[in-house]
Amino acid sequence: MNLRRDVFQAIADPTRRAILLLVASQSLTAGAIAANFDTARPTVSKHLQILTECELLEQKQSGREIHYHINAKKMKAIADFIEPFRQMWDDRFNKLETIMKEFMPIAIGTKK
Amino acid sequence: MEMKTKVHAEEGKQDLTITREFDLPVELLFRAYAEPELIEQWMGNKVLKFEAKKYGGWHFEKKDDKGNIVFEADGVIHEFIPNQKITRTFEMYKTPFGVQLEVTAFEKLTDETSKVNMHVIYESAEQRDLVLKLPFAQGINWAHNRIQELLSKLK
Repeated sequence: MNLRRDVFQAIADPTRRAILLLVASQSLTAGAIAANFDTARPTVSKHLQILTECELLEQKQSGREIHYHINAKKMKAIADFIEPFRQMWDDRFNKLETIMKEFMPIAIGTKK
Repeated sequence: MEMKTKVHAEEGKQDLTITREFDLPVELLFRAYAEPELIEQWMGNKVLKFEAKKYGGWHFEKKDDKGNIVFEADGVIHEFIPNQKITRTFEMYKTPFGVQLEVTAFEKLTDETSKVNMHVIYESAEQRDLVLKLPFAQGINWAHNRIQELLSKLK
């Protein structure tokens, strides 16, 4: 098992970002978090495990239930949120490049 | 590892720049920005309106599988110089992000490579920072009230 996971890798996934957003306002149980997604429960559990491993989420025992809450300190460590924004544009531009490379043979001869 | 896409945002400022080099001739890169059927492919949204000229309007929309609109934005084109520059305004619906001004410059590097430089200016530094946090909200249904509530709290 990978114990030291990269924070940016953790937040690269849209479901995990959504989980962080959900838990941002209140601590929730794994079941309550999973109820917000169409994804299978084990998949959500896996995401929770990754987020916990990189310390973005913390677990707190409350009676018989385990609540997940956000680790504000760690969240702050993500340099003012630029990386996910950069990643979003990088994905977009990668797609542009791929599409236009496929389009290139067609484009020859139809140049404006 | 050298990152292909670079974002430069200084703390406390109301603008940012996004730069990227492409293995594409500049003419081809520009077409990706100029033709609705190509825009739709890489941006992943529907192009409802795109008037490639001064004072021309543009309007994009994206729906999820259930038909809910998850992204909608529009604006006006102020400058449209093929293979060189597009200046436009950009405003996303139902968000607190305000209007942004985008100056996109296209540059030929070699016959086969090119570069894009986007300068984005927001209404305030606060609004810029709000947009920087936006990717956290991706993958969620925007129509979901709770999420919108959370987003406004991120301010």
